[in-house]
Amino acid sequence: MWTWFHKLSSPPHFYRLSGTMIPWFGWLAAALIIPSLYAGLALAPADYQQGDGFRIIYVHVPSAMLSLFVYMFMATAAAIGMIWRMKLAHAVAVACAPIGASFTFLALATGSIWGKPMWGTWWAWDARLTAELILLFLYLGYMGLRAAIDDTNRADRASAILALVGVVNVPIVHYSVTWWNSLHQASTLLKKGGPSIPPDMAIPLYGMILGFLCFFGAVSLTRVKREVLVREQNSKWVKDMVTSK
Amino acid sequence: MTARQQRMLIVVLVLAGVGVATTFGLRAFQENLLYYYTPTQVQAGEPPLNRKFRVGGLVVPGTVGNEPGKLEKTFDLTDNGAMVTVHFAGILPDLFREGQGIIAHGKLNDEGVFYAEEVLAKHDENYMPPEVAESLKQIHGEEPSQ
Repeated sequence: MWTWFHKLSSPPHFYRLSGTMIPWFGWLAAALIIPSLYAGLALAPADYQQGDGFRIIYVHVPSAMLSLFVYMFMATAAAIGMIWRMKLAHAVAVACAPIGASFTFLALATGSIWGKPMWGTWWAWDARLTAELILLFLYLGYMGLRAAIDDTNRADRASAILALVGVVNVPIVHYSVTWWNSLHQASTLLKKGGPSIPPDMAIPLYGMILGFLCFFGAVSLTRVKREVLVREQNSKWVKDMVTSK
Repeated sequence: MTARQQRMLIVVLVLAGVGVATTFGLRAFQENLLYYYTPTQVQAGEPPLNRKFRVGGLVVPGTVGNEPGKLEKTFDLTDNGAMVTVHFAGILPDLFREGQGIIAHGKLNDEGVFYAEEVLAKHDENYMPPEVAESLKQIHGEEPSQ
């Protein structure tokens, strides 16, 4: 297991491996998202109360889930980078931040668009909404902190601590709807006693969630590849690769 | 202890420290984090006096009354325990209906009537097609939500 781990952490090996994995993730994402989107927007029945307005969940729920998943992924990578002094892990964390921020923004924006007709307001200072907004600021703060420090090693260490401190917000976002009376409804899929949504509405949603995960895989690996090239620009393998082409 | 183990310990301590601090912080501000009070809490006198707050509950069927020619409406909210009468003059959200979860923002007057300035509809986590809702309604003789 450890030899595998060490091999993965070698930048040239990772660079080649991610190059072969990106198309897989990319095509899988397309194969999941396109039919799920069609099924969700056209085939699934309308909701008994919200009508067609409920269909925004096919973007809102996957983005919100990914916004938390990407944060945990980023913080784990940052912790590995810090503990094992693995530069590749820091590169992964750096690559994740803007993607996570985009998912968070998408979750907030789609939620707001849904909230206006359904709740009667674009925004409320509700525990779930506020915690998700803090998540966006954590991502932006992480990116801002890195941009402010010129030395890569110092930026890695400082931003890893910020990412770790922010982990506390993840359970708050997730449990905000059960801990406090909130305007936001509780979770439909991760509910005690099973999801309260019929299969013809739920299956496209699961497809979208998996599709978003694969999309994250493709985009993050592409970004890690670029980050590795920038960080290893003076190393022999990068020079060899560039001159051999 | 190796340097690596030391760093591992630092990561664990950072997570634990921030976690404990946040837990205490959230417990201290518990009251401010509640988006709304339930009618039972209102009856027990928990919400602050002479200040605006929110009350949330289900609209009691048959209590929605509006005088003809006027925008003003009154309705009762319940959490299946206590009840609060809400008075509101304004436009209600689309999801407002009998049996629906509602959150009203306003003040309680001396007679115990809640004068709302804003009414929001709370949506629940249940999704279903209209036909299913219709057949559930026929079986149970009531709205399937909540």
